[in-house]
Amino acid sequence: MNVRLYVWQRLTAALMVPLVLVHIAVIFYATRQGMTAADILARTRGSLVWASFYGIFVAAAAIHASIGVRTVLSEWLPLTDRRAGLATIVFGLLLAALGLRAVAAVVLS
Amino acid sequence: MPETPLELSVSLWRGTEVGHYETYVVPQRDSQTVLDVVTFVQRHIDPSLSYRFACRVGVCGSCAMTVNGRPRWTCRTLVSKVAGGGHVEIGPLENLAVIKDLTTDMEQFFRKWQQAKGVFTPTKTRQDAIGQIRPDNPARIVADAGIECINCGVCYAACDTVRWSSGYLGPAALTRAWTLVNDERDGGNAARLQAVAASGGCHACHSHQSCQELCPQALNPTASIAGLKRRTVAAYLKGEIKA
Repeated sequence: MNVRLYVWQRLTAALMVPLVLVHIAVIFYATRQGMTAADILARTRGSLVWASFYGIFVAAAAIHASIGVRTVLSEWLPLTDRRAGLATIVFGLLLAALGLRAVAAVVLS
Repeated sequence: MPETPLELSVSLWRGTEVGHYETYVVPQRDSQTVLDVVTFVQRHIDPSLSYRFACRVGVCGSCAMTVNGRPRWTCRTLVSKVAGGGHVEIGPLENLAVIKDLTTDMEQFFRKWQQAKGVFTPTKTRQDAIGQIRPDNPARIVADAGIECINCGVCYAACDTVRWSSGYLGPAALTRAWTLVNDERDGGNAARLQAVAASGGCHACHSHQSCQELCPQALNPTASIAGLKRRTVAAYLKGEIKA
């Protein structure tokens, strides 16, 4: 890992700290209130706030996780830095696609 | 009836990268060091045994070996502290190529010192007055914390990241770099921070702290590396170094 990847990984970690706390609070709120899927979707559909919140969350998680996986791959497999980097770009894009697809499913009406 | 002298069973690595542990019986003595045991075998049992030592008093850093699974400076390690059940297993340092028996090739260890720009870069000539550095200067205190490294290679052999990533500079080279980063007389920091911020540099450290736990000089390379991480991030964000 070089300084650029280190900065990105730490920045995305710092960004995710409040996002994780809000996400957990939302889970507690939804379950405590006994909200159904329909109740939740009624609040999230068309909401720019929730789209932004989870969109940023997905982007941060995809960047953070792929940098970590890159380190694991380069330490545990006989891969060059370049190949480990390419593999984890694919992994990061996959995470981002899956995450954004889920976000789209709950915010797009 | 004469008292039977106490004996110690010692297994020594024989061979190169491929080899085996061979067991010898040596007399056990008071205040006996691990290096004493190796020396006894070489002088009285098998003169073909290869090992490295020089000062025998913990200054030169030559005699580090793996003792019962842990890297240690053998000249200052008492057998009584490490010989559980009257047996000691002594091998070459890990993470380094074995030349023969207990002797490792330190070339990559010192090459990484060079890669980390561990050489002092003077900013004055002999015609200039000698720079005055106060011992209580904060930067000097940080530099002093890592200056007593004896290059024994114990931290390098103990480091998991070196084991997993052969390109990693390692705790000793990075501690040396951190010492020079905090040396006000040195003028090589731009190149040094660039070198330690690259792939295989300080950011590869996982902070397992084996180096700190096993350093015979009680230095804290993990703290030095953390200092380099902070300093290189600041330099990167200011555009002073590139990724």
